[in-house]
Amino acid sequence: MNRYPLWKYVLIGVVVLFGALYSVPNLFDVSPSLQVSSSRGLDIDVNLEERVSNILRQENITSKAVISDTTKVLVKFDDGEAQERAQSALEAALDAQQNTVALTSTADIPGFFQAINAAPMVLGLDLRGGVHFLMEVDMATAERQQQDSIVDDFRSILRDERIRYQSVVANGRTITAVLRNPDDLAEAVNAIRQQNQDLSITTENRGADAVIRGAITDQMVQTLRQTAMEQNLTTLRNRINQTGVAEPSIQQQGEDRIVIQLPGVDNPDEIKQRINATATLEYRAVDMENDAIAAANSGRIPPTSRLYFQRDGTPVLLEKRLIVSGKQLIGASAGFDPQNGSPMVRVTLDGSGANRMFDFTVENVNKLMAVVYIEDRYDPDTERFRKYEEVISVANILEPFGKTFQTTGLDSFQEASNLALFLRAGALAAPMRIIEERTVGPSLGQDNIDRGFRSVMIGFVVVLIFMALYYRVFGLIANVALFLNLVLLVAALSMFGATLTLPGIAGIVLTVGMAVDANVLIFERIREELRNGNSPQNSIRSGYDKALSTIADANITTLIAALALLVFGSGPIRGFAVTLSIGIVTSMFTAIMVTRALVNWIYGRKAKLKALAI
Amino acid sequence: MELFRKQTNIDFMGKRRLALIVSAVLLLIGIGSLVTRGLNFGLDFTGGTLIEVSYSEAPVLADVRQALADAGFDDAVVQTFGAENDIVVRLAPRNAEESADQLSSDVTSALRQNTTSEVTLRRQEFVGPQIGRELAEKGGMAMLVVLLGILAYVSLRFQWRFSLGAVAALVHDILVTFGIISLMQISFDLTVVAALLAMIGYSLNDTIVVFDRIRENFRSLRKAEAEQVINTSVNQTLSRTLMTSGTTLLVLLALFYFGGEIIHAFAFTLIIGVLVGTYSSIYVASTAALSLGVSREDLLEQKVQKEGAHLDPLP
Repeated sequence: MNRYPLWKYVLIGVVVLFGALYSVPNLFDVSPSLQVSSSRGLDIDVNLEERVSNILRQENITSKAVISDTTKVLVKFDDGEAQERAQSALEAALDAQQNTVALTSTADIPGFFQAINAAPMVLGLDLRGGVHFLMEVDMATAERQQQDSIVDDFRSILRDERIRYQSVVANGRTITAVLRNPDDLAEAVNAIRQQNQDLSITTENRGADAVIRGAITDQMVQTLRQTAMEQNLTTLRNRINQTGVAEPSIQQQGEDRIVIQLPGVDNPDEIKQRINATATLEYRAVDMENDAIAAANSGRIPPTSRLYFQRDGTPVLLEKRLIVSGKQLIGASAGFDPQNGSPMVRVTLDGSGANRMFDFTVENVNKLMAVVYIEDRYDPDTERFRKYEEVISVANILEPFGKTFQTTGLDSFQEASNLALFLRAGALAAPMRIIEERTVGPSLGQDNIDRGFRSVMIGFVVVLIFMALYYRVFGLIANVALFLNLVLLVAALSMFGATLTLPGIAGIVLTVGMAVDANVLIFERIREELRNGNSPQNSIRSGYDKALSTIADANITTLIAALALLVFGSGPIRGFAVTLSIGIVTSMFTAIMVTRALVNWIYGRKAKLKALAI
Repeated sequence: MELFRKQTNIDFMGKRRLALIVSAVLLLIGIGSLVTRGLNFGLDFTGGTLIEVSYSEAPVLADVRQALADAGFDDAVVQTFGAENDIVVRLAPRNAEESADQLSSDVTSALRQNTTSEVTLRRQEFVGPQIGRELAEKGGMAMLVVLLGILAYVSLRFQWRFSLGAVAALVHDILVTFGIISLMQISFDLTVVAALLAMIGYSLNDTIVVFDRIRENFRSLRKAEAEQVINTSVNQTLSRTLMTSGTTLLVLLALFYFGGEIIHAFAFTLIIGVLVGTYSSIYVASTAALSLGVSREDLLEQKVQKEGAHLDPLP
């Protein structure tokens, strides 16, 4: 007698149910959609969804659905034509500086599946088309910049303290200052130490002259690398958000690399130009004598001033004379003003910047100062870069300040931290270069999907036919298990949010081929037992028992290979390894437990079973 | 339907000299080709730029080459890719970093200028030279880890002679497959590395099944010679070996013929791998274990010790 306890049937039932639920979302149609989001990577306005709906209503464009969350509004359409019309309508009606409109596609999944978090597999760039960049952040240059700025700093401190020096030079991570008069040493060290608390400072008195050495600590280098990375990531995110790519993925890889994946983009050159654009920052005095609004309306601008605009469109007149530029900014961090708790950004300038700032603010207490953000932005209309300048803050100078100061008057902490990142990014981003680039055009992507699925289907069907012919009833049982294996594999890939790539499809194909192995082992063993004259029930039992350790050994060794691929592989290798590893696990379950359950159900109760259809 | 109505009784081990010669010849040809012709490294490892475009009408390759040479790309390698109107242009890595950015658009515009048919960009890849080195290192590392991991697992589950036999079979398979890839000048890219590693898993799977049977038979067929035990085991697992290889080959053939040009090298490598792996699990692995002097005692040893350990505390 071959009986399975009830709990095993229940377990199989539950697993099958889960597999079905989580693989079904892959079967739904995909509809063309538009994604409207903030071009600054911020949360969207609460009324954006209403505005989008209104614009579409005015233009008489019917949409299937309008869904929104905190960061985007998603509009689904019946066809590509409506999508295109809506895109131009929305782009015309919405301010491009505030919102971007991106083409995308979303699956029409009923709410029930969304409620249980069931989503279709994410398609890799090789299947949906798009651009993949691997960029390297040039940390060596970032470190050199840091060394140079400390050299500048030393010089300006010594100048301020009126200490004469022979030279200040950077030699690798050590900055060496040689003083003319050894008597100044104590004073100089004090001044330098006060302003550079992170440096490890040593001194040497050589009689005729004295030497101060400031060594950049590993900690400082580490911090520098981290912030350089963070800044570059932020800058890239901001720039890519402005280009209106739906679902961009920008991630750090290793210590100094950034992977950018942009689905649906088929013109990498345009994106590269946008990525390579530079941004910087300027501090300027506000022209308090002339009226900005009048100047903007009349077009008559005083000769010493220039007209700028704030983010909300308010004109501001700023003096042409520059106080401090972004090159002199060495740090910016967001925080809260201790006095009134409002969000603020703390800015740190280098030595020369600090001097200029101090001189300026001493003379201009209670006057206004503005921060101008300057960026080369890509203009899609003219297909050219345009210098884009925006006043991001205008603030009252309460008291003189120099090296560090704070900018308040920001709306939220999010804005403060974004500004801090913008400031650092504009001034400090270490140079980057593209070390790997892969673009798949949309036609090839579709081809890859079609071919991939066709080869899976053909391979699958051929194996099914072969198994049914060769093992008859047992073959059919194995086929049920094989189909279930495919369902579970797809469900697992969907649940883990794994990305399906072409090598991933190859992995599925190979899993199908190898998944039958366990059943072949069992069935051959059963045949052997039958040949040796055992009863059918006994043959089934010992066939399964004896094959089990072989199957386990064989699968574990394959799993070792698959996991090594996963750990050491990159790109296409990983996609393949992911499906292969999951496939091994699911095939163990279906090939052993599910087939046994079916065999027991069909044959297990028949005490006088004479023959097996195997 | 059955492949073998009765238990086969082929004297595999008796033909192990012949097998040795076959393997030696395969290895010699393979290594010879690797030494003289080398591998046809793809973009992933050499670095450089690859552009795939499709023409609305099949172009004349000579014209395409001329057009590229006129535009200053003398070193461009132009080939059709799968179909007549699909072409791939390969360019060696350039010295100037900046040129890489502009390169692909220059190439596509050069291609567009010279023809009346419509040219669509299908795919474009740029790999920096250091990435190529890294990928090669990582691939080699992965292969080494796989081999060591398997060596450890098989030693643990079986015995060191089997473990060496399994690894000998794997090294044999890898070398022969590498040799064939080199001989056929298949473009060696990352997908081929993935295929080689999958092949390791597959070939091993086969070997383990045979070993498992050998171990079992050493315990049950108490009187038989080692050679006879191995022969019986290989025969007993033969239909399974052929069956599994058969179904795997079927899906691989589906992948090879219907999966498109991009997956060709991958499918081809695995097809070779499955064929060589099937052969090696019958001959190389078992022969190696036999030559290393595998015997019943090796496999029973563990069990005896365990029983003794269990009995000891009893008075």
